[in-house]
Amino acid sequence: MSSQEISEENLPAGQDTAHGAVKVADDPFADPGLPPHKPRIQDIDERAARRSERAVAFMFTLSMLATVGFIASYVIFPVDKIVYIWPFGRVSALNFALGLTLGAALFFIGAGAVHWARTLMSDVEVADERHPIEASPEVKAKVMADFAAGAAESGMGRRKLIRNTMFGALSLVPLSGIVLLRDMGPLPEKKLRTTLWAKGKQLINMNTHEPLRPEDVAVGSLTFAMPEGLSEHDHHFQTEIAKAALMIVRIQPEDIKDKRELEWSHDGIVAFSKICTHVGCPISLYEQQTHHVLCPCHQSTFDLSDGARVIFGPAGHALPQLRIGVNEKGFLEALGDFDEPVGPAFWERG
Amino acid sequence: MSTVTDTKKKAPAGERVADWADGRLGIYTLAKANMRKIFPDHWSFMLGEICLYSFIIIILTGVYLTLFFHPSMNEVEYAGPYVPLQGQLMSEAFNSTMHISFEVRGGLLIRQIHHWAALIFLAGMFVHMMRVFFTGAFRKPREINWLFGFLLFFLGMFTGFTGYSLPDDLLSGTGVRFMQGAILSVPVVGTYLSMFLFGGEFPGGDFVARFYSAHVLLLPGIMLGLMVAHLILVFVHKHTHFEGPGRTNKNVVGMPLLPVYMAKAGGFFFLVFGVIAIIAAIASINPIWALGPYRPDQVSTGAQPDWYMGFAEGLIRVMPGWEINLWGHTLVLGVFIPLVIFPAVLGAIAVYPFIESWITGDKREHHIAQRPRNAPTRTAFGVAWITAYMIMLVGGGNDLWATHFHLSINSITWFVRIFFFAGPVIAFIVTKRICLGLQRRDKDKVLHGRESGIIKRLPHGEFVEVHEPLSQGELHRLTAHEQYAPAELPPAVDENGVERKIGRMEKLRVKLNKGYYGEDNQIAKPTVEEYKEIQSGHGHH
Amino acid sequence: MKKLSARRRHPLAAVVVLLLALAATGGLYAAFAPAGTAKADETAQSLAIEEGKKLYSVGCASCHGTGGQGTSDGPSLVGVGSASVDFQVGTGRMPAQQPGAQVPKKKNIYSQAEIDQLAAYIASLGAGPITPTEKQYDPAGADAAKGGELFRTNCAQCHNFTGEGGALTHGKYAPSLEGVSPKHLYEAMQTGPQNMPSFPDTTMPEQQKKDIIAYVQAVNSEKADNPGGLSLGGLGPVSEGLFAWVFGLGALIAVAVWVAAHTAKAKKS
Repeated sequence: MSSQEISEENLPAGQDTAHGAVKVADDPFADPGLPPHKPRIQDIDERAARRSERAVAFMFTLSMLATVGFIASYVIFPVDKIVYIWPFGRVSALNFALGLTLGAALFFIGAGAVHWARTLMSDVEVADERHPIEASPEVKAKVMADFAAGAAESGMGRRKLIRNTMFGALSLVPLSGIVLLRDMGPLPEKKLRTTLWAKGKQLINMNTHEPLRPEDVAVGSLTFAMPEGLSEHDHHFQTEIAKAALMIVRIQPEDIKDKRELEWSHDGIVAFSKICTHVGCPISLYEQQTHHVLCPCHQSTFDLSDGARVIFGPAGHALPQLRIGVNEKGFLEALGDFDEPVGPAFWERG
Repeated sequence: MSTVTDTKKKAPAGERVADWADGRLGIYTLAKANMRKIFPDHWSFMLGEICLYSFIIIILTGVYLTLFFHPSMNEVEYAGPYVPLQGQLMSEAFNSTMHISFEVRGGLLIRQIHHWAALIFLAGMFVHMMRVFFTGAFRKPREINWLFGFLLFFLGMFTGFTGYSLPDDLLSGTGVRFMQGAILSVPVVGTYLSMFLFGGEFPGGDFVARFYSAHVLLLPGIMLGLMVAHLILVFVHKHTHFEGPGRTNKNVVGMPLLPVYMAKAGGFFFLVFGVIAIIAAIASINPIWALGPYRPDQVSTGAQPDWYMGFAEGLIRVMPGWEINLWGHTLVLGVFIPLVIFPAVLGAIAVYPFIESWITGDKREHHIAQRPRNAPTRTAFGVAWITAYMIMLVGGGNDLWATHFHLSINSITWFVRIFFFAGPVIAFIVTKRICLGLQRRDKDKVLHGRESGIIKRLPHGEFVEVHEPLSQGELHRLTAHEQYAPAELPPAVDENGVERKIGRMEKLRVKLNKGYYGEDNQIAKPTVEEYKEIQSGHGHH
Repeated sequence: MKKLSARRRHPLAAVVVLLLALAATGGLYAAFAPAGTAKADETAQSLAIEEGKKLYSVGCASCHGTGGQGTSDGPSLVGVGSASVDFQVGTGRMPAQQPGAQVPKKKNIYSQAEIDQLAAYIASLGAGPITPTEKQYDPAGADAAKGGELFRTNCAQCHNFTGEGGALTHGKYAPSLEGVSPKHLYEAMQTGPQNMPSFPDTTMPEQQKKDIIAYVQAVNSEKADNPGGLSLGGLGPVSEGLFAWVFGLGALIAVAVWVAAHTAKAKKS
């Protein structure tokens, strides 16, 4: 910053003129000073003041009544009572009554106090002088001298060994705190690369919890599946389903444009990860006529008939496809895990 | 606080208590400076109070909620009274929030007050910040307080985020998933950060408890400290006031704390609390029973964050999906760039006071709140910033705009992509023009008087509108604002004939300064000579 | 909708539905079963088909082709089944008024009897999903909680948590489920109208569809409870945020203006 070079004349004249200091006759724009105080009705008419007083007292009384109403509502209305109140709909009677009474009890205390201040307390505007925030040069000089004396007495400048080792100690000691954070979680290792899917695991319908047969999956339908052996009661269900959730659709094989997709499908049945490759929302807004699937969170759009490549939105790569086949019992099964990490991309993904 | 001054009799009880306290706390010295402290009257000076009071309401109701909330992710089966969830598996966090909403009498009300107050707290801070910005009330000596305020807004966003994530419902869980995906995009350390924050893979069983301690202790603790500091500085600096007769840079005109502002500000707390309680009585917020418990394989359309995170949501929605794969590593630019732009855009407004004071080179104290029109470039910058912010808010809700205005979501996304850049430029130019126009109008008003609406026919048949001269107070109000002369570079050669070295930064500063105060960037305010000439001429209006 | 549900309770409705079901099953049987089954059914069925064909040639043939084979303006109707016709015509989507991203629902102009005849005709073109009977879609006694879970897995991604609807790509949308009759909800799941995928019985059994219908009725109908007050459209944080800004902050600023304003001065001083 080159503040020293700034010439003072670029700065405008200050607004420091104390009010009324300038002769009004010479300068039509001069500050005439605070206008004289004009009284309110309440200041000159005692009856008006009385009316204000009663209004304030009335509001405080309303508040008291509202508090009584609050307690009464709490006692009277059962917690599960639903009433129809226009235009709010079928609402909880207790919530409605408690909220309105509490609101009124508080509001009228405030309204009373403000009305009191506005109508009965003095409304003469007062000017208070400001003082510069920064200290006077004498004060500053004293502080600097004190500091110099203290610093000299400490010997910080002379005894460099003490100073340096102290800085060393102080800069090392927070490391303990950082080290202690290590056990907040495990290292990533290969965790984000694998899911529960493996060769031979049957595709279990999320709705029925039964294994899926190819003939169950109609063209234009949408089905979700999880790997065989996973149960909603499992301790790790949430973490596992967050990676393993599967979306299954059936497309006429001749409509599938991507060669690998066709190879990895079974008779037009394709299984893609349900987890968006953008930031991991479960993506499943499937448009059966266009075969586009849209993410409801950030609108990434994938074309399920073309290797689930991204055709719009912020996702950076296609949805991983699970290679599927049919086992000897006639059920759909995985032919292995996904061959790439599912979900959002990360540094080590490659 | 009431003291009775009649000391001839035995001092009354109140005074004796005050004496006792003074002997230990020195309260009389404190009271001497502050009891009759002057506060100027203006509605926009109460925006900060809305924030302070809603924060207090949030703390009060939050403490109540902790009495019933269980920050645990253990799975339980719902057995409460809400039929459409009975038998469903959910975390204890969700279950206890259901308990608060349906079985604790008044629990739903307190939950709703807490959440409504949080939305209003953030909205209030936003508006308060804009008030300070557009009136230049961030100038010396208030730059640090501006930063405190900005930090409060920033931390408030994350306190809100960690708060609405606690019930572990399907909507907030989706938001947490988004956050985890964003963390994963951080180069080199992303996966580690995610593993440490979530105690393993997402969602794991830890984040509710961890968010809980951040939400109820860490973040509000810091915010409370900042807020106290913010208020102390308001007292130390004394409030700004607008130009007007009797109001100068060296005084503050208004009403005393005792009794007027004690009643007004104290009363305003009850008014704010009352209004929020009534809102909580009539309008539902975050009805988690309708959202259902979180499952990472389930989602709903219209998945949005609370409004203050909508800006981040917009950025992430409209960003193109750039991803770079090199040497076995992935740079997730499609997520990481928005993650960087988010604090950068907010930071731009935070550091603005320092940039402006560098450009003006003005190191004096300023206690007069400027009218936005009298600082056209700053006002235009502020409006441009708000435009960018609002456009991203639109982007964050693109799916709802699409369904409610029958538009294509793809078109809205493209609109936002283009207007995030074009919108602020247009807003800047338009705002500056408007400000200059208003300055001209003020000048006309000073020189020619106020339009009275009375039409007079002159002897030769011409019709003119009679202009009434302004009062001196009004003349002063419209001419009291400061105007900087544009900075000039010093001559290339100094008086000794030596070539002057002018740094690049200084050249930039002068250029920017001209952009602020150059000929076309402000309207010179009327001079006394101009005024006198026109007043004496009187022939034309 | 009201008219439709009123008709549903018409004493003759059951007969019509029965006839229709018989006609549709008949259509199936005609292809596979040996000849010589119930002659009377066949007559009623062929009568309905005959009537339906007339209606079809007036209202539908211009887009879907004279024999339902489809044209560039409308898809083939061979094999879409009677349930599709009942849904598309019953919700007023068909006949479509104008081309667009999506055909919206509007006032239905056909009587249920006419719809049934149309459906019988279309069903005769090729086997497809059959219009459900009330027993199939009546949600009485279904498990709304189970339906909620199913809804969040299968439906909420497009139709929102409580069926308020949502956006799809390029101007398409998943419509709101408010006021949609159980029968039409059932048929939509069964047939997958327009871009909606279908959820056939093989992957989502009849009982689960009923559970879903029960859930939709519990959370999105006139009878749905909103304990907290105004539901603000059930749209979540965006409408909540707007409400907080407009009514919350708006009210507080109005109050602040009152608090800070100068009190009226006396006229004479």
